[in-house]
Amino acid sequence: MILNASGCLDALEAPEVARALDVFVTKTVTPQPREGNRPVRIAETEAGMLNSIGLENPGIDGLLREKLPRLAELGVPLWVSVGGFAAADYAQLCAALADRPEVSAIELNLSCPNVEEAPESAAELVAAARPQTRKTLYAKLSPAATDLPETARAVQAAGADGLSLVNTIRGLALDDETLQPRLGHELGGYSGPALKPIALAAVYQCYRATGLPIVGMGGIATGRDALDFLAAGASSIALGTVLFGDPDAPGRVRRELAEELASRGLSGPEAATGLAHGAKPASVA
Amino acid sequence: MRRREALRVVANESVGPYSLIRVERGSLDPGSPGQFFMLEAPGRPLPRPMSLCQAPPGELGFLLESIGPGTRALAAVEPREKIHVFGPLGNGYRLDVERPLLVGGGIGVAPFPYLSAVLGSPPAILGFRSDWHAEAASLVPNAEVVVEPTLVTERLRPDHDVLACGPEPMLEAVRELAPNAQLAWEAPMACGYGACYGCSVEIDGVLKRLCVAGPVLEAA
Repeated sequence: MILNASGCLDALEAPEVARALDVFVTKTVTPQPREGNRPVRIAETEAGMLNSIGLENPGIDGLLREKLPRLAELGVPLWVSVGGFAAADYAQLCAALADRPEVSAIELNLSCPNVEEAPESAAELVAAARPQTRKTLYAKLSPAATDLPETARAVQAAGADGLSLVNTIRGLALDDETLQPRLGHELGGYSGPALKPIALAAVYQCYRATGLPIVGMGGIATGRDALDFLAAGASSIALGTVLFGDPDAPGRVRRELAEELASRGLSGPEAATGLAHGAKPASVA
Repeated sequence: MRRREALRVVANESVGPYSLIRVERGSLDPGSPGQFFMLEAPGRPLPRPMSLCQAPPGELGFLLESIGPGTRALAAVEPREKIHVFGPLGNGYRLDVERPLLVGGGIGVAPFPYLSAVLGSPPAILGFRSDWHAEAASLVPNAEVVVEPTLVTERLRPDHDVLACGPEPMLEAVRELAPNAQLAWEAPMACGYGACYGCSVEIDGVLKRLCVAGPVLEAA
């Protein structure tokens, strides 16, 4: 399955891009509307980019009232990404989405680098969300956790059905001349090609630690990148920064991945999942 | 209808300090004046937004100023190289104006050659920081040129429909004098099609996603 990374596509502005995905993941929604951070919000660096959008979103009521019905018309399965500033926020958001048939899964954004973090641990946030809905819950984690496999095990124990790995990692860029932060919010979330080895390590470790389904993301730009994530343990992959420069990436990466799998005699993505851990596919002698 | 295609570079010429890059049009629609395209900046992670400068038959022309790694990479493209171009994007100028006056500053003249051609060579006031930069005025017919310290706002004529493009202080000064002006704004952009939420600009305290709300906005 190919998804978009949350916050990297507006399906209502670019429905043709969303329809090329297997799942569309919304930009993170919070209980209240948020205007987001003041500009400047993005800065390109040598091997990626920084963003500090700051969870701009219409709030859960705005999403449910105005956006969800239109998103459902796209005909693409829909995951809603939710975020908050305390465990009660996650509980409230999951409760509000629990009865919406348009929503096939909920991704808990537990790791936005651009807003203040909730005081609770990732596992406590999952535990607060879990009783509110029977929908599939994916926990999106930061690769910056001190002990990521431990965090992954803890969110699994708290009831997460899967993991989204990884979110952006905090970074800084300075203006060439003034040596001041280029972003209005100073620090931002780092994404793009440079994130790939970091994300790959996270997927590899968390696959071993939990065995949970994993959506792998972080610097995926080609079918070969996607294959690496599957081999490390991802069962699906998501496209983020690559969508900015190449809105045709979903179809291209899908074709390239199919070629990569075929050239190795692999029957499909599921046959590639976890290969880096030593398992050999039946079809390869 | 916007598309993305790898287009062959036809020419890369200097116009004063600026670069005028012409690419084969391929199957891309030139769109309306003031709309923009995302140009692949070879070797860089992100493309760069450029308004269409010229639309000669079978080609698209872009005028750019080398101010950072992306525009420097673009300024270095060679004829026959191919770069990905995506567009047209955003909202251009409203063309139902009775007495158009183009007001531009610096690289803000970029959309004017195409705009002028569509509007039938209306008068223009173009401001530059030096005579060298002012060479770009040769691309715009019927233009009055001012060079710093003279500012375009000193030459603004009342009772015209102002269509402006330039640095933010110029746009702010223009909208003070011409509340009905149409202003083309600029912001760093990662995607150009509403995906990244990166190009928000704050105008009168309100944040606007420039790629989908603009880049041309009404002054008032």
